[in-house]
Amino acid sequence: MSARTLYDKLWDSHVVREDEDGTCLLYIDRQLVHEVTSPQAFEGLRLAGRRPWRADANLATPDHNVPTTDRSKGIADPISRIQVETLDHNCEEFGITEFRMDDIRQGIVHVVGPEEGATLPGMTVVCGDSHTSTHGAFGALAHGIGTSEVEHVLATQCLIQKKSRAMQVVIDGPVGPGVTAKDIVLAIIGEIGTAGGTGYAIEFAGQGIMGLSMEGRMTVCNMAIEAGARAGFVAVDDKTIDYVRGRPYAPSGDDWDKAVAAWRDLHSDPGTVFDKTVVIKGECIKPQVTWGTSPEMVVPVDARVPNPDREADAVKADGMRRALAYMGLEADTPITDIPVDKVFIGSCTNSRIEDLRAAAEVVRGRRVADNVKQVLVVPGSGLVKQQAEEEGLDRIFIQAGFEWREPGCSMCLAMNADRLEPGERCASTSNRNFEGRQGQGGRTHLVSPAMAAAAAVTGHFVDVNELVTG
Amino acid sequence: MKKFEKFTGVVCPLDRANVDTDAIIPKQFLKSIKRTGFGPNLFDEWRYLDHGEPGMDNSTRPINPDFVLNDPRYAGASILLARENFGCGSSREHAPWALADYGFRVIIAPSFADIFFNNCFKNGILPIVLDGDVVDRLFQKSTREEALRIEVDLEAQRLRLADGEEIGFDVDPFRKHCLPEGLDDIGLTLQHVDEIKAYEERRRAEAPWLFKTASGG
Repeated sequence: MSARTLYDKLWDSHVVREDEDGTCLLYIDRQLVHEVTSPQAFEGLRLAGRRPWRADANLATPDHNVPTTDRSKGIADPISRIQVETLDHNCEEFGITEFRMDDIRQGIVHVVGPEEGATLPGMTVVCGDSHTSTHGAFGALAHGIGTSEVEHVLATQCLIQKKSRAMQVVIDGPVGPGVTAKDIVLAIIGEIGTAGGTGYAIEFAGQGIMGLSMEGRMTVCNMAIEAGARAGFVAVDDKTIDYVRGRPYAPSGDDWDKAVAAWRDLHSDPGTVFDKTVVIKGECIKPQVTWGTSPEMVVPVDARVPNPDREADAVKADGMRRALAYMGLEADTPITDIPVDKVFIGSCTNSRIEDLRAAAEVVRGRRVADNVKQVLVVPGSGLVKQQAEEEGLDRIFIQAGFEWREPGCSMCLAMNADRLEPGERCASTSNRNFEGRQGQGGRTHLVSPAMAAAAAVTGHFVDVNELVTG
Repeated sequence: MKKFEKFTGVVCPLDRANVDTDAIIPKQFLKSIKRTGFGPNLFDEWRYLDHGEPGMDNSTRPINPDFVLNDPRYAGASILLARENFGCGSSREHAPWALADYGFRVIIAPSFADIFFNNCFKNGILPIVLDGDVVDRLFQKSTREEALRIEVDLEAQRLRLADGEEIGFDVDPFRKHCLPEGLDDIGLTLQHVDEIKAYEERRRAEAPWLFKTASGG
């Protein structure tokens, strides 16, 4: 057989049938479900008198609407409460496993799936959420879908799909100190743009990627969608297999050995040709900070806010001016001169234990700066929270004047009570700096957990390397 | 799903690149458990001057006169003209639900985000990709004193402008087949039940761990 990419292998092993025009019926191994994009799908099943094709292929948890403060009294917002209760009822009616709000395993779907071993190498994984690309870190084909497709997968265990083109993004050589997975993926988006990956599935490769932990790889794949690619993934290696071993949904006994043998083939064959290849030198990547209202509007922390007068493309320059006005920034301002009002450490991009450890390392022995009104630390799941507390990270944050919260999506998209007020500026470890994303009129700067922590204790953006010496 | 037939509509020019689904329908409206009723909150943060929340009487809210959707020229528009990477960001199908509920049936842009593009077809909206210079020309024509009207002919894959210009467009054959019929994808897929079952049987033999549940069943 000719040399195949990892994408070819994942795709080929899931094609149920293919039409002449290339439209395929693709089998889906795992669907993750949350409360926002599923109610209309379940309603559709009900109206058509259909049952889930394989209820046990689905795993649900509420995450977008859940409060991150004391949950003993339930959800105060009645509309949010109805949506979460609707998920509970639907999962009960259709026989789907759900980690409810009071379950220690509850959390952000993209943190919970891998944590439970519900995401395995070689799988197809979908969810009604664009950040489903996260699961590609395991050598899985994972992407976000709309609610009609959630219903389609519930009813048929398949999706109607056409194959994308294959792109390879190589981070060549190691990255420098203080540079994390978040900085790598922001630098990639800065390089190829938010539409650079449209129509492609991206394989992330090279020493800069393979040197990352599984959690780091999840951070990179998580933001593939911010580069326009529905799916991003990384080849399987020992780190992948070690991470999966022993998790509740992971295979065991003979199945484990068979699975590992199969997973060892989940890489692009030597000599494979991609439709497009992008190479970035790892040593050139510095800690990143976004300055605008699109993730591609990003610069290194030691740079200045770009000037639209120097942009040749008129549509782009217009977009930059609009972004600067929204963000309340002047062109050519040094990034390190920008003060912040709030800091958010959390989201499916950066709420795992290593993210919290990285933030805590910067914070240890320091306090929140006077001009910073609030710092939220929101772990990605109940189990991440428990582990962080066992390691004493919660005390480091609380002593610094940060708020230690319950798990959920929180201020990444502000569907619950956690949000920015108009004009407030936030250093955020989330994935989108769109207008109004964290609250109407709120101004978001995307950074890594260590950089967010550094902004919290200094009151402005600063190169984390100035606070932490290797 | 609503059937897609030949129609002539007014073009509303939204001259911005990277319009994201958060802008199309802000998050507070995603709490609804229905598919309908999102139209009044389409582009809510750009369209109104106050902060919108579910349950408000939108007819009494202060509108933003500078936002193109509020320009009387484009009242009743059913074709949205936009710039690159329209519909980027979140996978929320609430975005096409809101566009369809408002009355948009066609969106023209130089490029679309993948998930949004796909979601459109599930909701009777036809997204059309045209070259940047053609889109530029349509922006010029649609911002004149009198609104631009275009006839959309899916069968012939042609756009016909009132001034006689005709523009061809591409559409995936499968989607072209589904749109006019308002076909239910699930129904189509369920015609292949035997093939899905055969696939599962084969997979279960070669990769049994893919069918394991947490309890070991």
